[in-house]
Amino acid sequence: MQLLDVTELNTSFFTDGNVLRAVNSVSFSIPKGEIFGLVGESGCGKTMTALSIMRLVQPPGRIVNGQVIFEGKDLLLLSEREMEEVRGNRIGMIFQEPMSALNPVFRVGDQISEAIIIHKKAGKKEAKESAIELLRQVGFDDPGKRYAQYPHQLSGGQRQRILIGIAISCGPSLVIADEPTTALDVATESQIINLLQGLVDSSGMSMIFITHNLNIMRKFGRRIGIMYAGRMLEQNFVDAFFKEPLHPYSKGLLSSIYGLMGDQKRLTAIPGSVPRLAELPGGCTFHPRCPYVMPACREEEPVMKEIGKGQWVRCYLY
Amino acid sequence: MGQVLSVLDLRKVYEVKRSVFSVKKDIINAVSGVSLDLDQGKTTGIVGESGSGKSTLARCILLLERPDGGSIYFTGKDLLGLPKDELKALRKKMQIIFQDPYSSLNPRKKVFDAIAEPLLFHGIVGKQEAGNRVIEILKDVGLDESFANKYPHEMSGGQRQRVAIGRALTTGPALVIADEPVSSLDVSIQSQIVNLFLDIKERTDIAMLFVSHDLNVVRFVSDEIVVMYKGRVVEAGTKDEVFLNPLHPYTKMLINAAKGEFFRKDDEAAFDGDRGCAYYPRCEQRKPACRDAVPQLTGSKEHKVACFPEG
Repeated sequence: MQLLDVTELNTSFFTDGNVLRAVNSVSFSIPKGEIFGLVGESGCGKTMTALSIMRLVQPPGRIVNGQVIFEGKDLLLLSEREMEEVRGNRIGMIFQEPMSALNPVFRVGDQISEAIIIHKKAGKKEAKESAIELLRQVGFDDPGKRYAQYPHQLSGGQRQRILIGIAISCGPSLVIADEPTTALDVATESQIINLLQGLVDSSGMSMIFITHNLNIMRKFGRRIGIMYAGRMLEQNFVDAFFKEPLHPYSKGLLSSIYGLMGDQKRLTAIPGSVPRLAELPGGCTFHPRCPYVMPACREEEPVMKEIGKGQWVRCYLY
Repeated sequence: MGQVLSVLDLRKVYEVKRSVFSVKKDIINAVSGVSLDLDQGKTTGIVGESGSGKSTLARCILLLERPDGGSIYFTGKDLLGLPKDELKALRKKMQIIFQDPYSSLNPRKKVFDAIAEPLLFHGIVGKQEAGNRVIEILKDVGLDESFANKYPHEMSGGQRQRVAIGRALTTGPALVIADEPVSSLDVSIQSQIVNLFLDIKERTDIAMLFVSHDLNVVRFVSDEIVVMYKGRVVEAGTKDEVFLNPLHPYTKMLINAAKGEFFRKDDEAAFDGDRGCAYYPRCEQRKPACRDAVPQLTGSKEHKVACFPEG
């Protein structure tokens, strides 16, 4: 039984007669208790996929079609009111920039309590007690003191801990973390990743971890999805992916990183640059940069194919 | 091989008001007592996280910020003691490449003008030759002539950074400082630009300071590495020594993170930070002695570390 099952999700932006397909036929699923890494370069549609699942896409963007089955219900069919019950309550979200996601004029503890009062219909006193317990869970030794502090009194890593506290305050079964460590230093980044892993292990929740940094996923999460120009190009188990990635784009990304760690004299770079959504090439979107390009790749876009259990790739090589 | 740059005991201090209304000021030692040497044709990587002082160091060396102490010798001349006109003449021999090619190029200037400007300003070529020279430079950084007529907004981040690199090379500099030159680029573009830096290294005998928080990138382009933490050099040495035999706990942590080994124990110690080693609170090998004195950078030319020995 999957906790989340996304099928053929399409989200587009409608501007000046143009249709930009930001999320293009994306499908994936996450079982209970698993971390799924959603990886890609800027503009590949990973954040838009997350916002679509939360139904937070703003106009001129719109979810065109698809299915997002979460805990047995299709989120895309819920009324706005029912969706509000899901957001925050059943699905928590952590954003990249911890400074802008917190309100600078309220004490951080009250910002956690607020979430509990709204979603759990708890009383003030009860909410405060839960908030202090949450502060302890996200790694503060002195939760009582932290409760009364304002965001500017905390470091970037501490603010991110507060946001994690808010995201898990209502005991969600899924947390979507969108580049939660990108604005942080390496050491703080590793602390946050440790914390998230610990929370997943202890609570049994699932997580979508969005990142542009492939390196993070090496020891984190069970499955990984690679996005490019709005499409999912590969889905794989983390172990198998880092041993032998399937899609030529994945291979290129990985050799960029491995190359940096190895002893070669030159990096095997992926030529060209990421296409803009407004001017995507025909056929496979990656074909102009692909070293294995064949005539068929220019004609028609390949479909996602399951080549082994849980291993999917969108490429004619398979 | 000649020495291009020698920095001795460089210091930079910033005073910051405690709050908007406060009269009291905190003193921040952005760079405290940094020394380094750089030879012709060599690249030194400066690694550290944000706030380590690596960018301030780079800016001080180019005198974009006035250092508060120490000395900078560039091709044998003491920059801080030089009269203005002589300094101006030396400037064309020192160039910088910034992190963000979106803001470092003038959006109203075509690529041609951006590159021709320093050529004409420094009188390197006349107006007639400028055209050919610009196209040569574009070729050197992997762009064809059609780019000469483009504006920055018509190019991708990677192409813009190529132009910025080309522009830095126009004056035939002896020293190029690259401050996080690939950090704002996508992974697939980063490796192209790293390769471009390697080409430049092979083709010219420019001395380069390569500042980055990304250890993997630094390792790839550098001959020597300097690791900074809170304004001080904590470890320095040849690339292989620092990478294969790291001595400072901070360097070890950075190398592990670069390999995707993020898991470590999380126990920061309380510490006021006035007397002891700045890394004490986060150090996995801290000892009581580390709280009382700042360890000095000691060792051979191949490998130096600022950490109290075991036991």
